[in-house]
Amino acid sequence: MTAVLCRHFGLHHIEIAEDIASDTFLKASEYWAINGIPKNPTAWLYTVAKNKTKDYFKNLSVFETKIKSQIETDILQKEYDFEYNSQIIADSQLAMIFAVCNPANSNESQICLALQILCGFSVEEIANAFLTKPETIKKRLQRARTHLRNDNFQITSLSEIEIKSRLETVLKTLYLLFNEGYFSKTNNKQIRIELCSEATRLTLLLTENPLTNTAQVNALLALMCFQSSRLEARTNVNGEAILFEEQDKSLWDQSLVQRGNYYLINATNGNEVSKYHLEAGIAYWHTTPTDNEKWQHILQLYNQLILIEYSPITALNRAFAFAKVYGYEKAISEAEKLNLTESNYYHELLGYLYANTDIDTAILHYTKAISLTKSKTEQQTLYKEIERLKQNKS
Amino acid sequence: MKEFALIFRLKDISDFQPSPEQMQERMNWLGSIAAQNKLVDKGNTLLPAPGSAKTVKPDNVVTDGPYTEIKEFISGYIVVKTDTIEEAVEIAKENPIFKIGGSIEVREVLKRD
Repeated sequence: MTAVLCRHFGLHHIEIAEDIASDTFLKASEYWAINGIPKNPTAWLYTVAKNKTKDYFKNLSVFETKIKSQIETDILQKEYDFEYNSQIIADSQLAMIFAVCNPANSNESQICLALQILCGFSVEEIANAFLTKPETIKKRLQRARTHLRNDNFQITSLSEIEIKSRLETVLKTLYLLFNEGYFSKTNNKQIRIELCSEATRLTLLLTENPLTNTAQVNALLALMCFQSSRLEARTNVNGEAILFEEQDKSLWDQSLVQRGNYYLINATNGNEVSKYHLEAGIAYWHTTPTDNEKWQHILQLYNQLILIEYSPITALNRAFAFAKVYGYEKAISEAEKLNLTESNYYHELLGYLYANTDIDTAILHYTKAISLTKSKTEQQTLYKEIERLKQNKS
Repeated sequence: MKEFALIFRLKDISDFQPSPEQMQERMNWLGSIAAQNKLVDKGNTLLPAPGSAKTVKPDNVVTDGPYTEIKEFISGYIVVKTDTIEEAVEIAKENPIFKIGGSIEVREVLKRD
């Protein structure tokens, strides 16, 4: 709703649009509680919003006619008479995604904004997801909003050129939003699932418009579907991560796997190979049942991925795939070359690779990993693992 | 950090087309350099086949194929970044090219600017 209203107000007045939207929902919750939910809730909400907008402009024009000419109120009269239908709602949301994913803001701020404006999260909810104080999030959002206002990005209509130039930023933000849920710092499973499904919903929106239904968008959506299929199996009741090998594969959501396959096929119509294609390819191999060549395929995809973009996590994941193909011993020297001594994942990987051959070195690495990670659950998992190794030794 | 070009040479043109296994080995080697964040340019393959290779010499003499006065031909290159040339040599040593009698020349890059 904020998105549709912004279409009329412009981004300069996003606060007004938000106020009207939240007033509308407040009225709805009061009115519906007494009179029941109306037959067409969407229409009801938009009618209320429309009236509130009219009121707003009436007040404004009463005030402004004293100074400004009559012509301007005429424009205002036209402006507040807005339309809504599912097409306009979808278009407005799409435009809003592009407005929110503004490269002037940091990635973190973009994600916060997306959560607030596009997903309707409260400041507290966002702070919860990021494990930060609400004040920090509030400040971050304020700064980000100032940037949005100063940017002359038009929300009314998106041209092909604008979409093309900004689509990459949009995809990156949606990708990070999804990862925020998938690899979240919080143990709250509900928050994680919500973040992932919101990111997926927004990406799905992109596939529904011919201008944004590109190969990369489909690849990203495929990746999200594959990853989401394992969301249930990835953590136990306490929110602790379950290693891939120990996951209950019957908990994998097969319908999501199939949708992933569908979007991956859509993504490979052209010759384009983006990092989303490669990551979706890796996720695809993870969801398929055993194949002798599986890890070789995964390793080769990681080889290509790391050539497109270096990241320490990709380097470590690649080393893990290398271990699966060529054995732990060879993988140890491959992993040690990475020299990421400040990363807890680096030490976790080395601990894992050493565990069968050199328990002391393995414990050393796990201990180092514990000192480097801030996550309590991760520390617990690692302590357990050290205990297990010590028992094996004696 | 310094930059070094690794220039690959092969002896036999029939070795130019790699088998799937050789391709995997090459990609593993390249991926390993990238994973250490030491890859500057993944470079390119230089085709040696007739029609794809000609050598231009003084007095408008043009011959088919790569420069044939030396026995080996250049098959490609990449650029890495390391602190020393010794480190670049260590990286080169792990390339599977030596299994088929190829060689690698390591040369420091002096940037034009």
